[in-house]
Amino acid sequence: MSKSASSSTSREAMTAADVRRAIVRIAHEIVERNHGVVGLAIVGLQRGGTWLGEEIAAQINKIESEVSVPVGALDVSLHRDDISLRPVSLGAISNIPFDLSGATVVLVDDVLYTGRTVRAAMEGLNNYGRPRAVQLAVLVDRGHRELPIRPDFVGKNLPTHRGDDVSATRDGVFVTPNSEDKS
Amino acid sequence: MKHLRSIDELGVDGLVDLLQLTDHMAEINQRPVPKVPALRGRTVASLFFEDSTRTRLSFETAAKRLSADTMTFNVSTSSVNKGESLRDTVATITDMGVDAFVVRHKSVGIPWQISQWTTASIINAGDGAHQHPTQALVDCYTIREATHVQNFAGMKIAIVGDIKHSRVARSNIQAFTLLGASVVLVAPPTLLPPDVSHWPVTVSHQLDDIIGGVDVLYMLRLQSERMAQGHVPTLREYSEQYGLTQKRVQALKSDAIVMHPGPMNRGVEMQIDPSDVKNSLIHRQVANGVSVRMAVLFKLLGSGSNLGGQA
Amino acid sequence: MSKSLVIKGGTIVNRDSHAVGDVKIENGRIVEIGKNLKGEMQLDASGCIVSSGFVDLHAHLREPGKEEAETIETGSRAGALGGYTALVAMPNTDPPQDSVAVIDFVREQGKRAGLVDVVPSGCITLGRQGESLAPMAELASAGVTLLTDDGNGVQDAALMRRALEYARGLGITLAQHCEVAELTKGAVMNECSCCTDLGLPGWPSIAEELMVFRDIELVRITGASMHFLHLSTERSVELVRAAKRDGLPITAEVTPHHLSLTQELLASYNPVYKVNPPLRSIADIQALKAGLRDGTIDAIATDHAPHPRRDKEMSLDMAPPGMLGLETALGVVLAEGACEIRDVVALMSWNPAKIARIDDEHGRDVVAGANANLCVFDPQLTWRVDPERLASKSINTPYIGRTLRGRVRHTIFKGTPTVIDGQAQR
Repeated sequence: MSKSASSSTSREAMTAADVRRAIVRIAHEIVERNHGVVGLAIVGLQRGGTWLGEEIAAQINKIESEVSVPVGALDVSLHRDDISLRPVSLGAISNIPFDLSGATVVLVDDVLYTGRTVRAAMEGLNNYGRPRAVQLAVLVDRGHRELPIRPDFVGKNLPTHRGDDVSATRDGVFVTPNSEDKS
Repeated sequence: MKHLRSIDELGVDGLVDLLQLTDHMAEINQRPVPKVPALRGRTVASLFFEDSTRTRLSFETAAKRLSADTMTFNVSTSSVNKGESLRDTVATITDMGVDAFVVRHKSVGIPWQISQWTTASIINAGDGAHQHPTQALVDCYTIREATHVQNFAGMKIAIVGDIKHSRVARSNIQAFTLLGASVVLVAPPTLLPPDVSHWPVTVSHQLDDIIGGVDVLYMLRLQSERMAQGHVPTLREYSEQYGLTQKRVQALKSDAIVMHPGPMNRGVEMQIDPSDVKNSLIHRQVANGVSVRMAVLFKLLGSGSNLGGQA
Repeated sequence: MSKSLVIKGGTIVNRDSHAVGDVKIENGRIVEIGKNLKGEMQLDASGCIVSSGFVDLHAHLREPGKEEAETIETGSRAGALGGYTALVAMPNTDPPQDSVAVIDFVREQGKRAGLVDVVPSGCITLGRQGESLAPMAELASAGVTLLTDDGNGVQDAALMRRALEYARGLGITLAQHCEVAELTKGAVMNECSCCTDLGLPGWPSIAEELMVFRDIELVRITGASMHFLHLSTERSVELVRAAKRDGLPITAEVTPHHLSLTQELLASYNPVYKVNPPLRSIADIQALKAGLRDGTIDAIATDHAPHPRRDKEMSLDMAPPGMLGLETALGVVLAEGACEIRDVVALMSWNPAKIARIDDEHGRDVVAGANANLCVFDPQLTWRVDPERLASKSINTPYIGRTLRGRVRHTIFKGTPTVIDGQAQR
């Protein structure tokens, strides 16, 4: 989950260069853990994780250039568990143009926070088929988990306060403290 | 947005919003498992006072795909049909814990009257000859899907047939013109409402005069009772003047679309089999019905737009 | 009652005078008009108008047959609160008022309630079926002076002609509900652009005007008297105006709701606004008001039509047409400001008393010697209609929550107060 930095008191937790290097490392880790790219599929979560999923897939394709890893995007809004509690605005439409039954799906998101988005994503994946395994890659883990969810691949562990805004793009990762607690 | 009762009540912003939401729902319906938990725990009750298997099933499928629970009340010609205990029926069902009613009735205004007797959301599936907003949404979505445009500016749409008694026509005239289309009504004077001078449409009594210039030809069903009531001399004469014949199909522009809300009166307004019409989108109208209705249900019950504050 | 009653300090409105004074009443008659009169009972009328009691030419009291909606007693009470001392009871009861037995029953029930003079009207055709004539001579000998099939118009022109000829011989007046039934099948509201939007079948103005025209011409050739009920369109007013210029024995009435409410109210889908003839356009309202001012329209009549709550909770097309009128008539007419106070008294008392041929006891000037059927009303008082406080058994009035101007303070019937300070005494 990411929000754009809105105040001049934001601090830069990762530079653009840091982000680039993290992506390269994560790509290598994915290939190493899965002993190659056979049966691998990348699914980025709307909206924050789609650019990252594409970047990671591009890196993987550079590392193992014989096969191109399929990339998709998943909008989890309709699978969230807090639909009746707050207004839902839908992200871009999901697009998973391949069969992921039996695949090892790497879910990709920019920031891992409470874990609810990832839980919703895992349920959403079920609509498309039954993966052999699901792994999770995130650029930033900012703590404060509310569910038993843990990432397999992390760019950076970043302690934050609950009220902070964290934004993660190709240009860097920025933390903006907020006066109100947004828990 | 608490209810969907008419297109003019929905407004152009609401209309565009629902069409965009339908894209999401259409994607869900492509999935191997087309189901999301978005409306889990919500209950949608169908109150159909007029027979309509297709529309009712479309709504129920839509509800189920969003994981809502459904209840069906098939009220036929009992005393409830006379409106005698309509208020009691609605109040009782609401007490059972219903979040939304989908209502179809032959009397105009029922969705507004029912709103006084329940806190649930009301979706109008057709009230007399007045409105059928989800049909208009389906039709706009189908045109959008085929032409890939969001806005109908510059589009010429002809609605042909029994406008006077058609709720589909009234909803569509509003929806098409809100999206910017030019609408021409084609019918004999007896099948037009008494005074359409304040509607943003043009009128023609000759189908052959306008058929070559339209982008969308929308055919309405003519019920056989209209002959008995003196609106047309014979069905055959109506069909000759206003029906879709082979000759008229050939007069259409090559990319013109043909539509019909169903069910069809074959041999009357459709002399030709729609499957033989190259640009017929009638099958898409049917297919899009579930996605559109999912968007409506989600908008009213799940998107939080009728929570205390703002959406 | 031998107690003397004095109505103090009101402005007495008579045909030729308009002055403040006290009215002393004894044994059912006015005995003195003057200043500083004394009596055993006194009613304050300062700031109020004192006039003859109102006469409604058109009230549906629903008894016998639909007592759930209203009874002669509750309708009489509603009338008294509205300033009425006489009500012409419409004959579309069940059984209908086409026989002496029913006429006598209605009259008796009115006497028993003792709040207003209930004047039963008779039917033109047997059972109001429009097929054969009702026994008019018999009804006339039972004291009936007005006959109508109200609820419906007499569709058959030949039958209507014969009815008029027969009535002329008896010296009674026929009253017509002008509606050509074939043109209004299934109609719910005025045929207009609003009904186009709603997809509802319309009640075209011409359905009324065709029958007004027909009956004017039938009057022309038969010489009988005709009274047109609840006129509602511009053209109807024009037709009657021309007929009166030709000296034909024609009178006409209009309802308060047709002077104040328009067709657009039906867009609320609320059946309380459904009525026959339907609410029409602003242009029609203006023409009706002009008709009141130039004498084309002789009377204001309520067409008081109670319906039980359940009946008006149905869909628009299923709900029966009709609205209450007795308790709100004065308030609506004065709020609309269509005419002067003296004209209001003429329209609601003097003229209708004459048309109903009860002007020996009603609609008379307030002078010594006249019998005491009086209305005392405050023409300035504004008030809101509260459904809980209506005397009628039903609540189907379109004026709930609206502010009206003008309210009855006291009503005197045969010398006895039926209403004091806005409260019914019985």
